[in-house]
This record gives sequence, structure tokens and C-alpha cells, in this order.
Amino acid sequence: MDKKLITACGDELYEAMVNRKTVAPLTDRYSDITIDDSYHISLRMLDRRVEAGAKIIGKKIGVTSKAVMNMLNVHQPDFGYLTDDMVYASGTEVPISEQLIQPRAEGEIAFILKRDLCGPGVTNADVIRATECVLPCFEIVDSRVHDWKIKIQDTVADNASCGLFVLGDSAVDPRKVDLTTCGMVVEKNGAILSTGAGAAALGSPVNCVAWLANTLGEFGISLKAGEVILSGSLVPLEPVVAGDFMRVDIGGIGSASVRFV
Amino acid sequence: MANPKKMTEQQIAEVAELLENAELNAQDVVKVTDKYPDMSFSEALDVQWAIRARKEARGTRIVGMKMGLTSWAKMAQMGVDKPCYGFLADYFSVPQGGEIKMEELIHPKVEAEIAFMMDKELSGPGCHVGDVLAATDFIVPAVEIIDSRYENFKFDLPSVIADNSSSCRFVIGGRPLPVDSIDMRTTGVVMEKNGAVVELGAGAAVLGNPAASVAMLVNMLAERGEVLPAGSFVMTGGITAAVAVEAGDSIVVRYQHLGDVTMKFV
Repeated sequence: MDKKLITACGDELYEAMVNRKTVAPLTDRYSDITIDDSYHISLRMLDRRVEAGAKIIGKKIGVTSKAVMNMLNVHQPDFGYLTDDMVYASGTEVPISEQLIQPRAEGEIAFILKRDLCGPGVTNADVIRATECVLPCFEIVDSRVHDWKIKIQDTVADNASCGLFVLGDSAVDPRKVDLTTCGMVVEKNGAILSTGAGAAALGSPVNCVAWLANTLGEFGISLKAGEVILSGSLVPLEPVVAGDFMRVDIGGIGSASVRFV
Repeated sequence: MANPKKMTEQQIAEVAELLENAELNAQDVVKVTDKYPDMSFSEALDVQWAIRARKEARGTRIVGMKMGLTSWAKMAQMGVDKPCYGFLADYFSVPQGGEIKMEELIHPKVEAEIAFMMDKELSGPGCHVGDVLAATDFIVPAVEIIDSRYENFKFDLPSVIADNSSSCRFVIGGRPLPVDSIDMRTTGVVMEKNGAVVELGAGAAVLGNPAASVAMLVNMLAERGEVLPAGSFVMTGGITAAVAVEAGDSIVVRYQHLGDVTMKFV
């Protein structure tokens, strides 16, 4: 794709997000679009948000489970950018009608970094050393593409389908919890919806953060001290509507909740 | 209410013999409700208790109980509103890291569970989670190997109850812990088969809390005037879906806080 088209696609997705109006999948319209093109489109979308005043506060890793990889027919994760206007505190109301289009909730572990991580060559031990704390988190994913009809290029271009995220109120030192076996329980409207464990995301959430540091390192980009990194869902995505109440509990870490209005 | 087609004691004994032989000879059979379509839950339990009596008469010790169908998904799938139970015989126990012989089984599957060792006798009705926690010596990670004696693992609820709820082997591993030392609801479980993650979950997958499964067992036993004796080992039900295994497979289940359970199928 040429630069002009990449800019046009990035602008289109930015407008779709701001106006809460979905667009047709890029892969339906541009059959030769590559994942590389898509990352450039996502950067254009990000530039527009930064121009409008948003501040980058971290990154999210997506496509970390076998199920989603199989669905999108890929063998690696993807990533998107988190901005200050996307973060909500646990227990607060999230107004779907103002912020989202077709949201789905997923339970995750969020990492807050205290040191920069520069790949390549970042190991799991480096990730733990660079992590200030981990928190329970809901990522509310959302697609700017009609009916979530996404291929990998569509979701990468659309900021990895990120909507917003809700951080829990307990933070734990990653040295004090086994992030591979920690269990997750997700409840929707008071009933248990799903359970999972840390290993659901690439074998361990720590693997996910190392993957991101090493992938970005190839482009000379580092993860920065103070950034929040969403490491990938540990349970299946769940569509949500106004009125739904969701809660996630993670063994040894804590809980987060969100009420959709 | 009178049941016009009530099974006779002779028929109960025959079905028990058929199903126990299927287990002992590792030979599958057609499900018993094909012959007795009106078999009630109570008659199915009569068959299970008759199998248990056959084993005890031969000197086999009953070491505990197991719960099955403890996830809402499985109950909905089976069209029932409560789980089922079975007994655990002494020879079902396989040591941690041990070998399980496929020739002794029909079509085994493995499930990761949190198990309870009871310190005090519990009796129902009215047994609740508080009673269970107060009566527990320790919890320990354990993997159950289930093996339906029915063709293609296909059954209805009376059939599976009569077949001792598919009970056949179990492996106790990891580290025993007192019940108040961890949150069983959020305790995570990761099952690996031959080094690859195949199933994951957390304790709440079992009736919201594995301790609730023990309470339900005690209340179900009370319906037959039975108690859960002190020293009983209780498998509370699968946190993960059951995974089919074959000879050569190695299973490792890693639990948060509780350590690992491992076994090999040969």
C-alpha cells in the first residue's frame, strides 16, 4: 500500500472510532494489504488521536490465545496503543453509548513498568525485573469494523481492536505470584461466566510482555518505565451491553469490576 | 409414588455384576438404560451401591468419594440440576508420577481437581460450606482418570450413576494445604499433555467453590441415610474439561499454590 492510502485508511478508522460508526473490513477492499501495512495504518490512527490531545500511556498485546490465533489463522500476537482517555478505575461506570460501538470484555493481567525494556534479547527475568507491579484488569475490546468481521490485518490496523480498559485496585509485586498458574474467575451479572489461568496467554503473561519488548525492539522502540502493558486475555471474550456488570478475580492478585451503562 | 416398572433386587444385582465386570475386564457395554429405560436415579444408585458392596465383600477398601457433573455447563448438557457421585476404591489410587496401564482401562480421560481429606464425619441434610471447611484436614491437588464403561463414552444420567459416575483411577500429587491458606475459588490450574497446554481453569468452575461440592455430596448421601466418614478422601469434580489420553501420553497438571500432579499412560 502506498503512503497516501495508508493515511486514508488510518483517517477512516480514526473517524470511525470518534463517530462510533463501523467501516467495511479493509481486507475486503484491499486484498493485498499486509500486516506491515496495517501497523502503519494503526500508527496513522494513533497520530490523529495524539493530535487531538490523547497521551500514550502504554500498550496492549492481543491474539495471545490459541483459540483467537486459530480464528484469525495466525501464529503470533499483535499489539496496539493505550492512551489516557481509555483508562477507567475499577467499579466505575463505562458509558457504552458514548465510548464504544460493539464492546466485548476480557479479563487480563496488566503490568506497570518501572524500568525501560529494550529488545531484542529481553528474557522473562528481564520483564519481571522491569515490572513495578501487576494488576487485575478488564480490557474492553471494540471493533471499528462491521460486526467484528476481522482478519488479522483488520484488527492490527484498528489498534488491535482496543476500546478501553479498567484497572483493578490492588497491585502486586510480580515476584510474589505465579503468573503461569494464577487462576481467573469472571462473573457476569453475578453468575460465573468463565475461568482460566495465566498460561492461557502464550503460556504465561510474562511471555507476552517479553514478546512485545522483543518485537518492538526490532524497530528501535522500547517499552518505557511507567507504561501500562495489557498482557492478553486469559478467558474467552464476552459481548456486553448497557446494564451488564462484570467482575474478574485473579488468584494472588485481586479483582476488578465494571458496570456498563 | 409407585413405579410400575420398578427393578427387582435380582435385576439390580445383575446390572451391578455386568457393570463391575465391564470395569474389571476393561470391556465396554451398552448403556443400562437401553435394557431398563425407566431406571430411576434411586435405582441407579442401588446399582452403584451394589457394585460397592461386591468390592467390599472381596476385601477392597472404599477410601473416599468423587463428585461428577459439577460444572453448570455439564449439568446443562446432561439436562440435570445437580451433580452425581461415585465411590473411590483403594486400587483406584495411582502414585504421583506413576504409570497407568491403558490395558486396564477402556477409553480414559483426565480431569484436574482439588481434593479434600476429611478430618471429621459429616452428615446431612443441611450440610454447608462452613461445615465442610471446619471438618477438613487438608486439601490437595489430584487428577481423576474417568473411564465410562459405556460404548463411546455415551450415557444418560441413570446410566452414569449406575456406572459409579465413570470413576476409575486418581493420582494425588502436589502439596497438601490447610483450607484457610488459599482462596480455592481463584486457584488456577494448567493441564499439559506431552508438554503442551491443553486445558486451564480456576477452582470456581466447580459449583463456584470446590467446598460447595463436598457439602452437596454430604447432602446427597443423606438422602440414602449415609454419612461421609472421617478419613474420607473426596474428589470434588473437574475444574477443566476431561481430556482423552492414549498410551505414551504424559500429563502434568500445575496448580497455583498446590504444586503439580503428574502421570504417564503406558
